[in-house]
Amino acid sequence: MIHTLEPILREHPFFQGMEERHIQLIAGCSMNVRFNAGDVIFHEGDPADQFYLIREGLVSVQFVIPHRGLTTITTYGNGEVLGWSWLFPPYRWHFDARAQQLTHALAFDGKCLRGKCDEDHDLGYEIYKRFMQIVTERLESTRLLLLDMYGDNR
Amino acid sequence: MATTVEVPESLTAGLVPDPMLPTPHRIQRVKQETDDTFTLELLPVDSTTRFSFAPGQFNMLYVFGVGEVPISISSNPDDAPVLKHTTRVVGTVTKAMRKLKRGDVIGIRGPFGTHWPVEEASSRDVVIIAGGIGLAPLRPALYRLMAERPRYHKIVLLYGTRTPEDMLYRHELEQWRGKFDLEIQVTVDRAASTWRGNVGVVSTMIPRAPFDPSNTLAMICGPEVMMRFTVMELLKRGVAAERIYLSSERNMKCGIGFCGHCQFGPTFVCKDGPVFAYSRIAPILGKSEV
Repeated sequence: MIHTLEPILREHPFFQGMEERHIQLIAGCSMNVRFNAGDVIFHEGDPADQFYLIREGLVSVQFVIPHRGLTTITTYGNGEVLGWSWLFPPYRWHFDARAQQLTHALAFDGKCLRGKCDEDHDLGYEIYKRFMQIVTERLESTRLLLLDMYGDNR
Repeated sequence: MATTVEVPESLTAGLVPDPMLPTPHRIQRVKQETDDTFTLELLPVDSTTRFSFAPGQFNMLYVFGVGEVPISISSNPDDAPVLKHTTRVVGTVTKAMRKLKRGDVIGIRGPFGTHWPVEEASSRDVVIIAGGIGLAPLRPALYRLMAERPRYHKIVLLYGTRTPEDMLYRHELEQWRGKFDLEIQVTVDRAASTWRGNVGVVSTMIPRAPFDPSNTLAMICGPEVMMRFTVMELLKRGVAAERIYLSSERNMKCGIGFCGHCQFGPTFVCKDGPVFAYSRIAPILGKSEV
């Protein structure tokens, strides 16, 4: 018996309000994946051909800083989206991502989805709208971090 | 025209016989919590002195010959008259305070101000959101909630600090985390790759934190900008504005609403606060003129 991922997508907040035909198109580009603690999910500079919806677990986004070594910039956990570099040229990852613990996720084929977005602009609008929301929220979080709220100059 | 903000009686506690007279307290212990934060454990010099406080209230701590500062009480209300005050080294008085040792005496005036609405949280989920040293004024509320655990539904603590090394009360947090009836999530602003926890601002944990927004009471304390963004996330999640409480910080001097140093719009933080219902101060929160 083949189980499709459509029911999972339908229930996920990221896809809330999306038309059924779009859910079906997206489900065709998705698969279940699992990462063990310490597994590298992607490397800075590698082609960004996928994005992930974390179902359960914790993923660190990391960056090597000279004299400080590998530094964790942010983490994403249950229900969060990992990766948007697949949406914009040059389609390469800007950071490393590593599973901090056993992580179950849905992986989406970015190339496949970009093709479907080109063919169906309604789908493209829905996808970009949702990613813009995420980008906005993350920009806001980054601005708060830049304030160094808990530092001496708070 | 200025408007007045009425403070519900349920939010006022601790009548002070002579609020301007410091009571001598002896330092029992000085505990270095982090690089720039320490806790004083105090007992009244006069063992017959009675002292009680409600979670969220503060005292004025007087370093003789140096000056006085307002510091929230961070100990268990059930342990009174033992008092604990956690503070950062930020100015002349706290610098002098840090040099004090076991056996030294300081003056205490208080307790002052309003307190966390622990009673109102009964039969609800409780979410406590702390940023940095903002955990200190919330700790007495946590003690009280845990002491009367069956009265509450879920209790969730979301705690954000600058780095893992800046975490307050680490040992206690680990102990509480071991309990199955308290959910604790910690996040830091930045960390080396060896840190196995969350990295990011504390408000980003709200959308996925395990509480029922339709029946939740929230208590927030931290830098004002952190509290503003936290409130926005709670409202977005569906928590009612009148069930969001936050502890404000201003330059408090007299502690009893006489001097006006801590005026915050139509309120005095020392008397009408420091714990405010968000719905009462929403119009002035974040206003640069206030």
